[in-house]
Amino acid sequence: MSQYLFQQIINGLALGSLYALVAIGFSMIYGIVRLINFAHGDLVMIGAFSTLALVTAGVPWPLILVFVLAIGAIAGMTIETIVFRPIRGSSQVTGFIATLAVSIAIQNSALMILSGQPRNFLFPAFMRQRVGFGGVNASLTDIAIIVLTLFLIGGLFLVVYRTRLGRAMRATAENLTAARLMGVAVNRTILAAFAIGSALAAVSGLFWGGKFGQIDPLLGFVPGLKAFVACVIGGVGSIGGAMMGGYILGLSEVLFVGLLPQEFSGYRDTFVFLLLIVILLVRPSGLFVRQTEERA
Amino acid sequence: MQTSPQTTSVTETASAPATPRSGFVAAIVTVIAAAAAVWAAQQGLNSYLVTLLALLFINAALAVSLTLTNGLTGLFSLGHPAFMTIGAYVAAILTFSARRKGSMLPGLPDWLASTELSMFPALLIAGLVGGLVALAIGWAVLRLKGHYLAVATLGLIIVVQGLATNWDGITRGGAGLSGLPRHVNIWWALGFLVIVVAITWRIKYSSLGRAMMAVRENELAASCSGINAARLKILAFVIGAVMAAMAGALLAHLISVVTPKTYSVLLAFNIVVMVVIGGSGSITGAVVAATAITVLSEALRPVEESIGLYGMSQVIVALCLIVVLYLKPGGLFGSGEPAFVRRLFSGRKTQ
Repeated sequence: MSQYLFQQIINGLALGSLYALVAIGFSMIYGIVRLINFAHGDLVMIGAFSTLALVTAGVPWPLILVFVLAIGAIAGMTIETIVFRPIRGSSQVTGFIATLAVSIAIQNSALMILSGQPRNFLFPAFMRQRVGFGGVNASLTDIAIIVLTLFLIGGLFLVVYRTRLGRAMRATAENLTAARLMGVAVNRTILAAFAIGSALAAVSGLFWGGKFGQIDPLLGFVPGLKAFVACVIGGVGSIGGAMMGGYILGLSEVLFVGLLPQEFSGYRDTFVFLLLIVILLVRPSGLFVRQTEERA
Repeated sequence: MQTSPQTTSVTETASAPATPRSGFVAAIVTVIAAAAAVWAAQQGLNSYLVTLLALLFINAALAVSLTLTNGLTGLFSLGHPAFMTIGAYVAAILTFSARRKGSMLPGLPDWLASTELSMFPALLIAGLVGGLVALAIGWAVLRLKGHYLAVATLGLIIVVQGLATNWDGITRGGAGLSGLPRHVNIWWALGFLVIVVAITWRIKYSSLGRAMMAVRENELAASCSGINAARLKILAFVIGAVMAAMAGALLAHLISVVTPKTYSVLLAFNIVVMVVIGGSGSITGAVVAATAITVLSEALRPVEESIGLYGMSQVIVALCLIVVLYLKPGGLFGSGEPAFVRRLFSGRKTQ
């Protein structure tokens, strides 16, 4: 395999990991409360800035990972408790507008507190070196992102499919009323879904800063939208679908830029959203989901 | 999915009279009063405040046009900024001075590079192009429901922004087109608002408007009673887009600049906030909310600058929205118009 193509694929997988981490939380939340959570992308930003603050405070890196997970979970639970729980049960569109409002409020609060100036963000030097094997090489940051993401997703699958909490989540997603009648503590389950999803998004913010080297208060907008695209590709509401959708989106985006001539690279986001519209029209329930819910 | 206040409004509007003659007189009187107020404002206020008033009129027109698409027909579209961008660029290219166009925009075909239209034809063409784009997009996207449509139209904003940024030869890229002729003044804005409100009002209180509301309440039932829901949705989407494209063109010629980021997702959010706070489907509500929010964010701007907290006004707007959704999910006026407005303009003698 040529070094160029290999490089593109690693790059695409790393980007796909970031999208997958955001998309999984997005999909979990949609699956349980049928809410397109627009503010989900802003947790990426919160994660990135928390990391920066922790690095500045001199906390060692493995601990930072744990702290960022915790901060993301707390932020997600706060949003759920304060804003989304009171309006649960109103129409889908009302919920969507509320998440949009939360997103705008978070972004602008961050602008107020942090100013719009982009900050530099660096992983330690050893993370930035390149490792080679079999004639090709890749950056250690990308490899670390890919491997850690697989670990996190593996942990998530264990929680969802092997624990009591996971069973409660799946039951609530299947039918909220029936789950409540069977004695599932629905509010606590929803809170847990928000906590887990938001924690993953915050970690993706940590990786985001490391991969792109710069962060700013509005960085969450694009990953939020792309996580939605990834969910639609994989089938909204399915965790595995969201993960696959994230990887497919990351790979196709990188290959679109890498394999086409230079002058097309500016059309990257245009390409992603055209892809979204095409998929919504051709396979509205996603590539990996059989069951169809009314959405088109 | 819809709540009960909207259902009651259908019966309420169904009893509106067909030929509102005294309502017509009331409308004329209102327009004359507004014109007099604008004239007085022009005499008494400085040019900044007059421009602000024009901006307010255009914002109100935008909110009313979104009421037609989102409120009456129940299509949750966020695509207004996309159509505004299209309209603004089309009109800007048409009105730009032919002398500078050749060097600034090398990608234009010769016949376009040599034309230099005045505002009115450029405005009409901008609306036409916006409508045609909406027709093509709507055919594809309007098969989606609820928040899927919302995100697809949000994607449309990103697509249009990407095209405007990267199609250098036609749009001058990210720098945008500056130094547009300042063709638009407050009278254009007032005229546009009056026309948009009049058209939306006439549609709302006609069989077309009732069909739209029927589609909003229950598409299946509407289809069963002989309404062509697909055609009606495209119609509402296209009318909204034509109005948005014209508003974009007017705004660009008011502030004499347009860039790919001038009309952003934030603007889509703000227009939606106006519609939701006013009550989706209520024209009065849209105008009142547009006024309140424009004034609020302009009034907060100096405060924001003096204490250096940029973004504060937007946070306040977002919090207002959350509070309204929480306390009064149907908006201030629900889907109808307040009784005195209805009595005044639909010529009803008794209520």
